Amino acid sequence: MDDAQRELARVVREHAGRLTACLVRVLGDFAAAEDVMQDAVETALRRWPAEGVPDHPDAWLLTVARRRGLDVLRRRAVYRDKLARLAWPVPAEPDDRLKLIFTCCHPALPRQAQVALTLRTVCGLTTAQIAAAFLVKESTVAQRITRAKRKITDARIPYRVPSDAELPERLGQVLTVIYLLFNEGYLTSGGDRPHARDLADDAEWLAATLARLVPREPEALGLLALVRLHQARAAARFTPDGSLVLLRDQDRGRWDRRAIAEAGRLIERAAALRRPGPYQLQAAIVACHAEAPGWDDTDWLQIALLYDMLLALAPSPVHRLQRVIALRHAPPPRGGAAVALAELDALPPGDRRTLDGYPPYHATRAELLRALGRPADAAAADRRALDLTANPAQQALLEQRLVWT
Amino acid sequence: MKYVLLFVETERFARDLESMDEEARQAAYDAVGRWFAEHAAKITHSAHLRPSHTATTLRLEGDEPLVTDGPFVEGKEVVSGYAEIEVADLDEALAVARSWPACPVVEIRPVD
Repeated sequence: MDDAQRELARVVREHAGRLTACLVRVLGDFAAAEDVMQDAVETALRRWPAEGVPDHPDAWLLTVARRRGLDVLRRRAVYRDKLARLAWPVPAEPDDRLKLIFTCCHPALPRQAQVALTLRTVCGLTTAQIAAAFLVKESTVAQRITRAKRKITDARIPYRVPSDAELPERLGQVLTVIYLLFNEGYLTSGGDRPHARDLADDAEWLAATLARLVPREPEALGLLALVRLHQARAAARFTPDGSLVLLRDQDRGRWDRRAIAEAGRLIERAAALRRPGPYQLQAAIVACHAEAPGWDDTDWLQIALLYDMLLALAPSPVHRLQRVIALRHAPPPRGGAAVALAELDALPPGDRRTLDGYPPYHATRAELLRALGRPADAAAADRRALDLTANPAQQALLEQRLVWT
Repeated sequence: MKYVLLFVETERFARDLESMDEEARQAAYDAVGRWFAEHAAKITHSAHLRPSHTATTLRLEGDEPLVTDGPFVEGKEVVSGYAEIEVADLDEALAVARSWPACPVVEIRPVD
């Protein structure tokens, strides 16, 4: 993606969600508002590259959306009257994007629809851009969005910020969508799709917007910190020819130290709210790596401890494996290869069954066995890892990349 | 807006209920009674259905109506009752359904 495209994406993203929220308020109809705004965004992306971005892109977008609305909604007199009265500048109103985000990520919608709807409605992506980012057909995305909007209207999914009682769970849904988007963008970035919109940018922007809208929610701050920490290392993740560089081998001089320090402050702000959660802990773990001057200077015991806390809140076999890897690098007697292997072999049978299909598990065992002078066992574990990786187990491979880079 | 909550029983739920002693079963029924009392202001109509072995299904799609024994889908999950509620939106319907103390599946459908 070149600079001009990135700037275009930035401008649209900055205004699209806010204007959609404004139109929902005026029309009282989520689906209709979303439609006319999408038209305005598509028009902008067609015309701005040639004509230049207007001085007031938000006024431009709203004018086009309004005209479009008067045109397509002309048979619906109520809407027409409401739109006719809409003039720029619209009266200042509180930022309604939070309502928009919660409606798009409503648990009664399927996950893929939540993702597509959030990208289109809140970030101002076009259906074509979403399809390109996820390598699916445009008609598939269009259908998901149409169905989701129909359900919002027909089942009356509300357009509002959830009550305090509902908030923790609903916020969790929103965070999941943003994290999923980020992973998708992070894992595919640097690949051979230079023109695809960078979903990692969109996810970072969404996380930042959310953190601004709910500044007292520590997990929202935690997710933003996590995303920023990963982004801070982006420049060192690939060689010039596009192959991946493992964390251990990355040139730490190319990490964005200022972004890392800012993320550290976000983690502290979140911690001061005294409600720890999985995103805050994952951010703290990545911060340990990011703040270490080198691989060997990493505070591995601290990382293992953070994994203990993470596992207490959100048990997961992959996190158990990562805890073991941290222990392997920690100094004896609490760390070291022997301790790590013992921990690995003491994992509950259910976890071991899950990890058995996960190449990093076998690669880790192989490394530990070799370090402990058991080359034959190590070779067997290596083969198992290789077999799994050679299989079309793309998903596992992708996860592996996230864990190790 | 009106929604119907369809209460869906699973085989396992039915078995568990079966194996309860009298006291536990009474406690389970009492919990359901309390739920109906608690949400009485929102419930416009409700019914418990007789067990699925009493069901008869009629298919009108062919040339001749076809009568068969049993519920319309043969499966491990069967509708065992329903309640119609009048609430503002899906979130309120979800909040009501969430506190349902009996069978483990509830489908929520808006009513025209």
